[in-house]
Amino acid sequence: MGLKSFKRALWVYHLNTGSCNGCDIEILAALTPRYDLERFGIVLVGSPRHADVLLVTGPVTNQMAPRLKRIYDQVPEPKMVLVIGNCGVEGLVFHESYNLSGPVDQIIPVDVYVPGCPTRPEAIIEGVLKAWLKLEKPVKEKVT
Amino acid sequence: MLADTLLNVIVLIAGPVIIAFLGAIFGLLYLGVDRKLVAHMQGRIGPPIVQPFRDVDKLMVKESIIPDSAIAWLFKATPILCLVGSISLLLYIPLFGQNAMLTGFGDAIVVMYLLTIPSLALVVAGFSSSSPYATVGAQREMVMMMSYEFPLAMSIVVIAWRIGLVTNLNPFMLSTMAAYPIWGLVGPLGIVGLLILVFSMLIVTPGELGKIPFDVAEAETELAGGLLVEYSGRNLALFYISNAIKSFAVVSLVVAIFFPYNLSPILGITATVPAVILDVLFFLLKVFVIMFICVIVVRAAVARFKIDQASKFYLLIMSAVSLVGFVFILLDVII
Ligand code: SF4
Repeated sequence: MGLKSFKRALWVYHLNTGSCNGCDIEILAALTPRYDLERFGIVLVGSPRHADVLLVTGPVTNQMAPRLKRIYDQVPEPKMVLVIGNCGVEGLVFHESYNLSGPVDQIIPVDVYVPGCPTRPEAIIEGVLKAWLKLEKPVKEKVT
Repeated sequence: MLADTLLNVIVLIAGPVIIAFLGAIFGLLYLGVDRKLVAHMQGRIGPPIVQPFRDVDKLMVKESIIPDSAIAWLFKATPILCLVGSISLLLYIPLFGQNAMLTGFGDAIVVMYLLTIPSLALVVAGFSSSSPYATVGAQREMVMMMSYEFPLAMSIVVIAWRIGLVTNLNPFMLSTMAAYPIWGLVGPLGIVGLLILVFSMLIVTPGELGKIPFDVAEAETELAGGLLVEYSGRNLALFYISNAIKSFAVVSLVVAIFFPYNLSPILGITATVPAVILDVLFFLLKVFVIMFICVIVVRAAVARFKIDQASKFYLLIMSAVSLVGFVFILLDVII
């Protein structure tokens, strides 16, 4: 019962670690009537303590690195991390900039990468689907 | 003799458990309907109606974090206190067209006091989690509690007073209110007054439930979840459930005070089983209609008040409105 409802009721927390705001707007677009992520039970919550999924946008500036780590620790287990946008995946135009602590996976473990600049809402939905599949995998392996 | 006492004890133990389960199930169901309808009104498809059950189910498997700086025992006790407060509300309010479980033991005043317990538990929870967001949320919740109390008390007391004029039974008993439906007792002026009181009661309901536009204490966007910002996992699930139960209880209270009618006597159905089924369905319909008016439509239509606006709205405007309703009913009696 647990994991099944887990993947049907994901609460996401959105963290901007220095993105240009393009990807953040696309995340909001995924919640609007046109794409309506809530029909899959996905809700944007205001506190990392309520979250199941951390949506990270942006290339992680030096200032944001410790905060990203801290917020990741505040999310209760089991949790997933989705990186939204090329910035967070590999740095994009900010690659090797002097004030970056590196892409997101240098700081915290990442489960799903969603590339794009900015990512399309369809891609974000697909990313969440990948997260579901990833959640299912260990369950299936345990059974067989 | 002994068997009787034993039976009583079993009823006393099993009754609340059953009522708590029914309250939780219907509360969560109405929450699901609420989310679905709001989504439709905003042109979205919305989550399935069973979504709140999935949410609770999921929260149960999550880790429950207790922050280092929180007062651990208070932090863990308040969700249970909140749940117990909401469930004991249900025991005093007539549900499903039947009498209340503890009918004859407590009246509308007891219910009014019990109504503050879940809110108080939330306030203590906010303070005990020692997060600045939660503290601000707790203070806001206290302000809200003080603000909506007067119009709420006014509606209940005026109606009890009017019923007290025609009967010797204790008019504050919700069963008396059911026996003497208020609408039959008053003249045209009184009807106007009653409509005003119904209106103020319907406006108090979303405030009491912490729903938009009065969800200042939780304020996702400014306070990041407000009171409950530090709660996770099972503790959060308990708050979620008690909120659902409280919504169901408060709306049932409005039904019990203003619309205590049953369908079966009107249609002349006397056989027990069909009558009960009919009454249950009719009760659920009444609850749905009231929820639709004062929670669902309002939630989809308006944005959140600021705390001072919400407080002023209740303290000044709604108090004045309920007093006007009282004056109308007074005139109706005098003339
Ligand atoms: S990936 Fe592109 S749109 Fe997204 S934050 Fe980076 S620069 Fe902006």
